[in-house]
Amino acid sequence: MNTSRQLAEVERHDILKYPHRLNFYDKPPLDDVTIEEFEVCALNRLRILAEIESCYARNRPFDELCSITRKQCEKYLPMDASTSKTDLDAQRRVDHLGHFVLRLAFCRSEELRRRFVKAETALFRVRYDLEGQVAPLDRRAFLNSRAFAWVQVDSQEKAMYASQLQSSSLGTKDEEYYKVFCPPLTTFSVAQQYAQVKWTRVPDLVEKRRVFLKGGWAYVPSRDQSSIVFQEFQMNLEKALEITAKALPRLDEDTRLVPLLNNLSQGFLAGVPSEWNATTAGDEIKADMVDELARKHFPACMRNLHDNLKRDHHLKHFGRLQYGLFLKVLGLSIEEAMLFWRRSFSGYTDDQFNKNYKYNIRHSYGLEGKRANYPAKSCQQILTMDQPGSTDNHGCPYRHFSPDNLQTALLSMYSAQGLTSADIPEILSTVKAGHYHVACTRVFEITHANRGVKKGEGVGGGESITHPNQYASRSRELEKAAVEAAKVEDGDVVMAG
Amino acid sequence: MAVEELDPSSPEVMLAFYRRLYPFKSIFKWLNHEHTPTRLFTNREIAYTLQSDVYLRYNSFTTFEEFKKQTCTLNPTRFEIGPVYTARPRDKKTIRPGAFQPIQRELVFDIDMTDYDSIRTCCSGADICKRCWGFIAAAVRVLDSAIRDQFGYKYLLWVYSGRRGIHLWVSDREAMELTDEQRRAIANYLTVVQGGKDMHKKVNVRIGTKDPVLPASIQAALELLIEPFGDLILEDQDCFKKDEGWEDLLKLIPNEQVTAKLRTKWNSDEGRSSEAKWKDLRDLVKDMLKKTPERAAVKAAMEDIILQYTYPRLDAEVTKHRNHLLKAPFCVHPKTGRVCIPVDPEIVDEFDPKLVPTVGQLLRELDAAISEPGSEEHTDWEKTSLKPYVDMLDRHTAGLMNEVRIGKRAADMSW
Repeated sequence: MNTSRQLAEVERHDILKYPHRLNFYDKPPLDDVTIEEFEVCALNRLRILAEIESCYARNRPFDELCSITRKQCEKYLPMDASTSKTDLDAQRRVDHLGHFVLRLAFCRSEELRRRFVKAETALFRVRYDLEGQVAPLDRRAFLNSRAFAWVQVDSQEKAMYASQLQSSSLGTKDEEYYKVFCPPLTTFSVAQQYAQVKWTRVPDLVEKRRVFLKGGWAYVPSRDQSSIVFQEFQMNLEKALEITAKALPRLDEDTRLVPLLNNLSQGFLAGVPSEWNATTAGDEIKADMVDELARKHFPACMRNLHDNLKRDHHLKHFGRLQYGLFLKVLGLSIEEAMLFWRRSFSGYTDDQFNKNYKYNIRHSYGLEGKRANYPAKSCQQILTMDQPGSTDNHGCPYRHFSPDNLQTALLSMYSAQGLTSADIPEILSTVKAGHYHVACTRVFEITHANRGVKKGEGVGGGESITHPNQYASRSRELEKAAVEAAKVEDGDVVMAG
Repeated sequence: MAVEELDPSSPEVMLAFYRRLYPFKSIFKWLNHEHTPTRLFTNREIAYTLQSDVYLRYNSFTTFEEFKKQTCTLNPTRFEIGPVYTARPRDKKTIRPGAFQPIQRELVFDIDMTDYDSIRTCCSGADICKRCWGFIAAAVRVLDSAIRDQFGYKYLLWVYSGRRGIHLWVSDREAMELTDEQRRAIANYLTVVQGGKDMHKKVNVRIGTKDPVLPASIQAALELLIEPFGDLILEDQDCFKKDEGWEDLLKLIPNEQVTAKLRTKWNSDEGRSSEAKWKDLRDLVKDMLKKTPERAAVKAAMEDIILQYTYPRLDAEVTKHRNHLLKAPFCVHPKTGRVCIPVDPEIVDEFDPKLVPTVGQLLRELDAAISEPGSEEHTDWEKTSLKPYVDMLDRHTAGLMNEVRIGKRAADMSW
């Protein structure tokens, strides 16, 4: 009975054009496609990818990203497991086709390629994980269908490096990832399987020191082998996109496709808000105003940089970058910025300042070098990129200060605005749990309570801080509103009685 | 009688140095991996810093003679080596921007003494003495063994940076071809001391929630660092002697009973040596009940302290990107006049930055040597104390070239 069912399945696999739900997209679709189908497949897939991008932009944890993506997939790109009776080939063909159309649309610039690879790899991860939960055998079959060139580590070698392997296979801080990807962690045993690959194939595991390294080989425990698969997927796609980009000029002859592809790639760019850009006209600020603004409206990271700048008359490179771009977006023009930095670096001669810092400041305003108009750094960038070294001041105080320094810093920065030591334990406990933006949002709520901001309201509608400029501009909006309200009350236009 | 020091910032001195002493051929062979120029040399960016502080990027050369000629013409204060690009850097302006990409580059590391300013007690800022070199020596030992043993690279060239740091250039084929992502991985893998000025505990690398342990690679580093911690931190630098020093130490111990006891004791005994203080801490741990979580926590903290004070502090940005420029070996540091010579990691402890030859000293040696008529100018370094260092680079390059030759021969057999 059982065997006959298995047999039936095997037969079905044979007749299916797409035997697996997962796909490495090695070969392009070669059938005829109508122009509508071409567009619809691509648009539906694009919706999913855009959602994934916005999850990244909002810094959502991976399990949330997973559930959101799955919902989107059910809606726009349903794919049933191999046991289902639906027309599997048709579903999988749509998946295949959509992927390749978007490759055409997104291969044309470095930036688009990078984003496409990131979103597609995330989609693959979500599906790979789902397949592992609902159809582990199918996933195994899929993996077996490709050669991943990993060498199983034999028991002799395993015994030789037992203690080193053990320490790399212990629990991990990256629990978010694990909840999603791994069965409950088993303690180390000889039964644990390891695969040996060149370390360059698993840079993500190396970076987090989750594999044991010896002579350039990484010993990857079986629970982390998915990492090799994702890396392979990503590398394949990167290479394929570059090849497509080179071949693309020849496609330009088809006048029906080019506008369509242009339209698709623009949709990807416009659909997703990823940076803060909200300087309203007439909002320009002057160098003289920075001190007061800092006191009243700046989030802790910028307050800290400002205070350090006042004290030391200097900031190191990443500090200048983080603070300078923030001020730029806040509305400080290049002339005012030059004035501000010149005054702040009071210990330097004009000559030193012009030689060492002027270029840098002009560069961040897009006036030097490649003339890019750099956006201000978001919380995500501040939290995860360019980690402060032992003598740096930049970064996020909630993350990069030790608890007692954070406490002192917060009280000295914000007690004038209503932060008391009674509020500290709550903030510190959020910090301890790693929710730095929640802590920052809470400080915003406390310091703006006199403007009517209630707990849980955040920067409006319960939204939490994701960008230092968002903090500052909301704070200024609230002040402006309060001033207006005061005017109205004082004036003679008061009607309500 | 004190000999008047030749000023390294004078153009005449630098020109004489480039014309007569700088080992262009050795540098060429080291970058090129072969005797005849390949893309590794011809598509390589050289960036000059001129006497007027103008920075000239995207120079490239087809031969080492051309390299020497241009260097003598421009007579820079120093120059830096960048990546190998898809095309010749000097043609950059004529190439479509997308087609000009860095593809290969030695894997490089930079350790700078300024990152140790918060712990060293002997000097600060730009100063360096034999005593602070201990930090660099410990860092070199850890990094050298990690890269050879864990990453399996063989061709490591350590170069003194001329003032207060050291550079490492890894020339293995695989290392040359690493992507930025892989370079970032290796830099982060090797970065252990993290957190800004306002973070006391800068070492947070343990894994596991119950009885967290150090990753195997860092355990190995720790074993190399126990000795330098004793010699350097406790004895030589005496880091915990002053109030600030030991207060910093107490902040790293996660047990209030222990810190309270130590604080009382140390307050009443001003000037108690670091060694004695570290022993006090160890004695307290010995008295704690075995196998309790408290004892394990303090012991783990002690290991983390050793790492925080001695583990290499990398300038990770230098490592992360292929297109980062780094000062070439054998350049002269414009402030100190010292030559950036290769350093043998085996005897890095004995290295004394104050004994590194200066450009002035070398030129005097050259004047003292009787010049033989008709001898080639660009091998004049053989008559000076630069010779052992150029020989060191040449030996290093010979190994590298041999490897390339073997690799090529194997490829030739593929028919």
